[in-house]
Amino acid sequence: MSAGDVAIHVRNVGHQFGEAGEARSVRALADTSLDIARGELLCLIGPSGCGKSTLLNVIGGLLTPTNGNVQVAGKPVRGPMPHEIAYIFQENALFPWNTVDENVRLGMLFQGVPKTEHAGRARKSLEAVGLGEFADHYPGQLSGGMRQRAALARALSLQTGILLMDEPFGALDEQTRMILGEDLSVLLASTEKTIVFVTHSLGEAVFLADRVAVFSARPGTIKKIIKVDEPHPRKPDFVTSEKFTALRNELYALLHDEIRKAVSSEAPRGRNGGAKSGAA
Amino acid sequence: MARRPDSAQRLASRAVQIAFLAGVFVLWYCATNFWGVNHLLLPNPVAVFDQLVDVLKSGEYLPDLRVTATEFATAFVLATTTGMVVGFFVSLSRYWVRVFEPLFAGIYSIPIILFLPLYVLFFGLGPASKIGLGTTIAFFPIVLSTIAGFSNVDRTLVKAARSMGASNYQLFRYVLVPAALPVILTGLRMGFTVALLSILGSETIASLAGLGHHIVQLAEAMEMSRMFAYIVFVVAIATLLNVTVSYFEARGRRLG
Repeated sequence: MSAGDVAIHVRNVGHQFGEAGEARSVRALADTSLDIARGELLCLIGPSGCGKSTLLNVIGGLLTPTNGNVQVAGKPVRGPMPHEIAYIFQENALFPWNTVDENVRLGMLFQGVPKTEHAGRARKSLEAVGLGEFADHYPGQLSGGMRQRAALARALSLQTGILLMDEPFGALDEQTRMILGEDLSVLLASTEKTIVFVTHSLGEAVFLADRVAVFSARPGTIKKIIKVDEPHPRKPDFVTSEKFTALRNELYALLHDEIRKAVSSEAPRGRNGGAKSGAA
Repeated sequence: MARRPDSAQRLASRAVQIAFLAGVFVLWYCATNFWGVNHLLLPNPVAVFDQLVDVLKSGEYLPDLRVTATEFATAFVLATTTGMVVGFFVSLSRYWVRVFEPLFAGIYSIPIILFLPLYVLFFGLGPASKIGLGTTIAFFPIVLSTIAGFSNVDRTLVKAARSMGASNYQLFRYVLVPAALPVILTGLRMGFTVALLSILGSETIASLAGLGHHIVQLAEAMEMSRMFAYIVFVVAIATLLNVTVSYFEARGRRLG
């Protein structure tokens, strides 16, 4: 692909939590390089602790990598880039003391959107995710799925070219995930956003992604990239097609060995042990 | 459906509480009127009531109330500002939290009132020593709750705000303060209570004026029913203040 089509350049990014040689230090991500095309939806999938969330944090400027660098829109990432990148977390990223509407407006306030545009953009993005009637509810009054819709609305209202999603449906039940996945596919087909989506779910990855990057066990790096050649928005019956099953099986085969490796190396330490110190 | 037995139960426990207080009154009345308890040890409740009416009518409590109220307000404002400022800055670094949190918690657990003689030596018998002691005692619950409030803010919320471009001020105003507020309010209420307690208490031990001082004077003059009238008066004020503070705490929680 030509340079103009690349939204995100990842060059030799590696990350280590803690100092080298320390008992608690963990090499979470080994040399990883990746180009993500403009308008593409890329899924990162891999065993727990393989560094896929770490890579997402690095792209989002929430974490400075030990080595390597990331370029977004031709500029090196040195910190959060609120005008280029919006971030959706696994859960609990809505401010619980604000209503859904206030949450969306607060995002725009932080990003620096003129006040006069707040109301209109908030309404539009809440309607886009089907929460128009719940604008005045507090996050605590909503179901898990609705909270993630609200978080998506907040991210959409920022009108960034890039959306980073860190297991956004990870805490939801299977049925809710499916519906949200379908809605997301429809919603995103109408926008030109570049999306990087971290997930544990093989089905979710195949259903949503243009390409799926499969990570190896820790220290993680990209083992293989699989292309999913199916136009957006994906129809619900794509799930039952042979193409879907074949791709899912291919992913499963790739992942299976890595998950075994990850599990057997896990015994001495908690899976999030290294993630905390570097999160801030 | 679950609400009915709940409110019925609350009503029942209210009734028991009121019956208990009424029982104490009846015992008090019987003890002084029929059972021959010495009126120097325990005055008659009717006499106490008469004295209370007299005190309230004459307004003689005003100078002492003014002294106590000024001491208390000064101490509480001082403790709140220093406690919240120190607490916030300590909470900024994990290292400082590790150093100061146990230190403050340790000092908080000792009876600081024991240092009253020292405060009197340093600041004299006047209001300054009461303000000093009240400030010290109220400082600890406030600083501890401020540290706890600010250092336990959900990291995801901070990351989310940062990713959307929040400035330091915006992070403070829209994320840290609302997240920490409920915990800080609890500390403020505790500081409020202990400041009032320690100021009234130290007035009874060593002072020149104030409601606590006046109560001790009446006791030494053997004016027991008037002393009881003053106690009732102070208890009523303290109750009113505590109810007010609890109301504001609950409101602040909802707003937060």
